[in-house]
Amino acid sequence: MHELSLAQSVVELIEAAALREGFTRAHTVRLEIGALSCVEPEALRFAFESATAGSCAQGARLEILPVPGQGECPACSHQAAMDTLYDLCPACGTAPLRVLRGTEMRVRDLDVE
Amino acid sequence: MCTTCGCSGDGATLHTHHADDGHDDALTLTPDVRHVSIEQDILSRNDHIAAHNRHDLAHAGVFALNLMSSPGAGKTTLLVKTIEQLAGRLPVAVIEGDQQTSRDAERIRATGAPALQINTGKGCHLDARMVQEALPRLPLQRGGLLMIENVGNLVCPAAFDLGEAHKVVIFSVTEGEDKPLKYPDMFRAADLVLLNKCDLLPYLEFDADLAEANAQRVHPGVRVMRVSATSGEGLDEWLAWLKSHAELCAQSHDHSHEHLHGHHPHGTHA
Repeated sequence: MHELSLAQSVVELIEAAALREGFTRAHTVRLEIGALSCVEPEALRFAFESATAGSCAQGARLEILPVPGQGECPACSHQAAMDTLYDLCPACGTAPLRVLRGTEMRVRDLDVE
Repeated sequence: MCTTCGCSGDGATLHTHHADDGHDDALTLTPDVRHVSIEQDILSRNDHIAAHNRHDLAHAGVFALNLMSSPGAGKTTLLVKTIEQLAGRLPVAVIEGDQQTSRDAERIRATGAPALQINTGKGCHLDARMVQEALPRLPLQRGGLLMIENVGNLVCPAAFDLGEAHKVVIFSVTEGEDKPLKYPDMFRAADLVLLNKCDLLPYLEFDADLAEANAQRVHPGVRVMRVSATSGEGLDEWLAWLKSHAELCAQSHDHSHEHLHGHHPHGTHA
């Protein structure tokens, strides 16, 4: 995943929200990043600082809220935590788990003025 | 600079700079600071443009594919061979994505098919906006194909919807059977896997059955075709797949046209 491109998209979302909600500065930005999303959080943090330069989110505190991977077996319906996208079902071992949570890449909310 | 493809060699994880360093000076919510809920996917803008592209392509009756692979797997050669085989039967237009040069677009144009080159510069993947700008500049014929050859990269393009009907990943027998396990996002995003350069199998210790099994492990039920762009092996199945999908696209255009104009010759629609 290209974190700089993602960080630029985050800034676009914040700028659009600034117009819509009528704020001039974002102090805190909270993102939900799933453990299975293949976003490298530290790379995103690094990219965020350069992407926000000159925007209403310049200098904002970035909080990355991790979402753990969770899946369900299509064969036996067992639910289990997932570390990778192709984890096999730990109960029956016959099938890869279907992802329920953990692929999120979202802007959750902001603290603004 | 791409921090994940390794194309610049910069290890972003060695240069972390926490955004809250120096800004952690007792931030409290004052009456002036308020909470705003966003709840939007980071890629929502790209996906919105991709949806527009998808609509425009459906309206034009064009079957569009997003072709992805690591550099050197044979995307362009396969495209050239495909266009040559389809000449006179299916119109094909091509969008070429590379960081630099227009060499791939020139190779396509040499077959007689129209090709538009997008140079991403530092960028490592095509996005929906680039494709949106390219569409009006290509002759797209109803019942024809639009082949979007993405930048050679098995990581980043996987998550960027361009508005295509299907993502196709091409990997070759010189890349190792564990490729799908190493790049699961790409192999999960693709609806079709083309295992290319199969003419080289007699000279390699590559286990094609294992490669297919690995693709199935990451993406259960994914279709896999074994092909060789140079020898022509396996291309019949690929061409038949293309033709049947192109025919469906040509027909669905007519249906959506009737729907837009309020005609319901087959009764009420849901």
